[in-house]
Amino acid sequence: MKRAIATLPILIALVFGAFFLWGLNPDRDPNAIPSVLISQPAPDFDLPAVESIGVPGLSREDLFGNSDPVVVNVFASWCVPCRAEHAVLTRMVERDGVRLFGINYKDKPEDARAWLQNLGNPYERIGSDLSGRAGIEWGISGVPETFIVAGDDTVLYRYVGPVVGAEAEEKFATALAQARTRNGGNS
Amino acid sequence: MFPEIGQFALALALGTALVQSVLPMLGAARGNSLWMRSARSSSIAQLVFIGIAFAALMRSFVVSDFTVRNVYENSHSLKPMLFKIAGTWGSHEGSLLLWVLILAAFGAGVALFGSNIPVALKARTLSVQAWISTGFLSFLLLTSNPFERVFPPPLDGNDLNPLLQDVGLAMHPPLLYFGYVGFSIVFSFAVAALIEGRIDAAWARWVRPWTLAAWMSLTAGIALGSWWAYYELGWGGWWFWDPVENVSFMPWLLGTALLHSAIVTEKRDAFKSWTILLAILTFSLSLLGTFIVRSGLLTSVHAFAVDPERGLYILGLLGVSIGGSLTLYAWRAPAMEGGGLFTPVSREAGLLINNLLLTTATGTVLFGTLYPLFTEALSGDKVSVGPPFFNATFIPMMLPLVVMMGIGPFLSWKRADLKGVFQRLRFIAVLAGLAGLATWYVARGGPALAYLSVAIAVWLLLATMREWAVRIKLLDVPLTEAIRRARNLPRAAHGMTLAHAGLAIAMLGFIGSSAWKSEEIVFVQPGSVIEIADFDVRFDDVERVRGPNYIADRGTLTVSREGEFVTTLYPERRSYPVAQSTTTESAIRSTLAGDLYASLAEPASETAAEQGAWTLRILYEPLVNFIWIGSAMLVLGGGLSLSDRRLRVGAPRRASRSTPVATPAE
Repeated sequence: MKRAIATLPILIALVFGAFFLWGLNPDRDPNAIPSVLISQPAPDFDLPAVESIGVPGLSREDLFGNSDPVVVNVFASWCVPCRAEHAVLTRMVERDGVRLFGINYKDKPEDARAWLQNLGNPYERIGSDLSGRAGIEWGISGVPETFIVAGDDTVLYRYVGPVVGAEAEEKFATALAQARTRNGGNS
Repeated sequence: MFPEIGQFALALALGTALVQSVLPMLGAARGNSLWMRSARSSSIAQLVFIGIAFAALMRSFVVSDFTVRNVYENSHSLKPMLFKIAGTWGSHEGSLLLWVLILAAFGAGVALFGSNIPVALKARTLSVQAWISTGFLSFLLLTSNPFERVFPPPLDGNDLNPLLQDVGLAMHPPLLYFGYVGFSIVFSFAVAALIEGRIDAAWARWVRPWTLAAWMSLTAGIALGSWWAYYELGWGGWWFWDPVENVSFMPWLLGTALLHSAIVTEKRDAFKSWTILLAILTFSLSLLGTFIVRSGLLTSVHAFAVDPERGLYILGLLGVSIGGSLTLYAWRAPAMEGGGLFTPVSREAGLLINNLLLTTATGTVLFGTLYPLFTEALSGDKVSVGPPFFNATFIPMMLPLVVMMGIGPFLSWKRADLKGVFQRLRFIAVLAGLAGLATWYVARGGPALAYLSVAIAVWLLLATMREWAVRIKLLDVPLTEAIRRARNLPRAAHGMTLAHAGLAIAMLGFIGSSAWKSEEIVFVQPGSVIEIADFDVRFDDVERVRGPNYIADRGTLTVSREGEFVTTLYPERRSYPVAQSTTTESAIRSTLAGDLYASLAEPASETAAEQGAWTLRILYEPLVNFIWIGSAMLVLGGGLSLSDRRLRVGAPRRASRSTPVATPAE
């Protein structure tokens, strides 16, 4: 009995060691957050427009048959980082000619309207996701999140958090450039 | 030239360590006292060689010698001198050099000051210590050479991560490592005792000062790191249950258990194999920490440049040291005889509960920290374990422990009179309950657990003070007599009182700053006023200022309370052009009652910055300074205990049954 108990620590240590050895596999990146959507078709959703905002709503059909990859941004007027990200997205649209779609996540239409009137509206289409249902379909973990969707509605890339700051913007621009060459190769 | 001298010195240290690994151990087995004594000089030689290497690296940083890759990657000519020096241990290689330096320092410390330790045990202990340094020196030389050169030499360096350019953090690694690595010598003592197959009360006495020294530094190191996170990261939190914080906390928890179980071994000759196991596990957790931080095994905010190859090497070292020592334990521990018997109500039983709770808590933290790895390995799912898990599991274990801490010191060895203890503590229990109720009356709206915790913290504080008062018979005898008694009380007793009271104080800080924290994150424009706690904070403006190696946006906030001016706060957001990163420098108005904490986040939007609109985070954290005061008391308590005359002289006490066999020290 005594011996069995004294052997217990080494046995536990061996089990831990096996896990560590597995964890050192060089192909493993513990920081990567996988998205089930990557390389999958965009989820099914159909969102009405935000009332009297001047741009139409957004559904899955709008992501299909585009010649270039489009950017889908999940935002809300109550989200602080979205505000900072807004300028970056606007610049992307104005300078780089990116087509930007928005999902207005759990936001009151009047708030969203005021917000966009105040800051300007870079979005081509905005779906109002009042219930947060589309957010669940897209598997977002918070706001903002930004996706790159290919012309055949395949989700190519997901960025969690605001695309703000040189490093983030460069990362996003690279992903977008890659998406464009992939699209060019296909068509 | 200096870097080459450093590298050569490291190689010499490795050679010395190899000799020390074998010779004293063999000498102890064969009774060759010359071989045994060689451990003394080789331990000192190791310290000198590694000291030379460390000085050589530090010199390269001080003079900004960018031909050394490590300096180029982690320093910059414009960096303030303090951070150039601190840059020595800012990188993976440099910090590992500091690691082995401290390892050697503890070895040399035992060689120089452990004159009361029997020569055979000392020789074996130092040999085991040399095994560890052989492992880490070879790791340093083979995979992480700090003296590697670059050619052609670059014009200037890459700069140290600006977050790390901070006085608190400059001191954090040395203290943390001193604690972390300090447990190595306790481990070596344990392995030596297992090899010798003999452990008694005297062994516990010899190990105690080293455990205390390591524990004190670890406490200070963790507190300093937490303080740094509090004011530098700009979130206003002091503990995030991040894996890297956890791996420094686990050795602390287990080291605390070890300190207490070693007392039982020392005074009552019991818990022997348990104490040995704790000594092994405490250092194993330190090693595990080194492994996790440097292998990139887990996601963390702290990370060194990660390299799986290095991870594999450290895992190998872990396998040999932990695997070897635990195998030895499985083989030798069953033969150890249990010592003094005790009843379920006794100080031994109290310390047993202390140990069970601390060990379980350590296990829980370990499990929570590694759980993401386990699930990923078994099912491929990525999960993260955050503060909710740790708060829900850790706190319920700590509360009974703290209740026990109030009672434990009143219990006598072998058999205690529970009734008498309760009689003495009745009044204090009532007071503690009242304190909880008073808190509820003053500050409603906190979670119920917070009021209970306040009551328990007050309980510990009062019970600890009461125990001290009983010992010196305060109020029972004339004051002069009480003071005389206090003087005669061993310093270890004062140390315990101070440390236990420190924990109670720190606990009040933990509770106050988590349960009653107020936080506001707002957009502000010049003239905006934010109300928080009782304060009105007016945002005046932001101006651009220049520092030695950064440019900062400095906000001006005028704080008033009920119309009266209180203070002006200047939170900064610094951007470091060379390192291409930004840091927040929070502005804090610190009082005993609480901290008003302001930090400037990014401008509300790119265009908004021009109009002067910013995102501002304002927090009020009640009692948060109690954490640092309490931590300081823990460290000072350890220091008092360490300075106890009995530890240095090693005079056998009447109470201990098995006095050490009189062995000539040298």
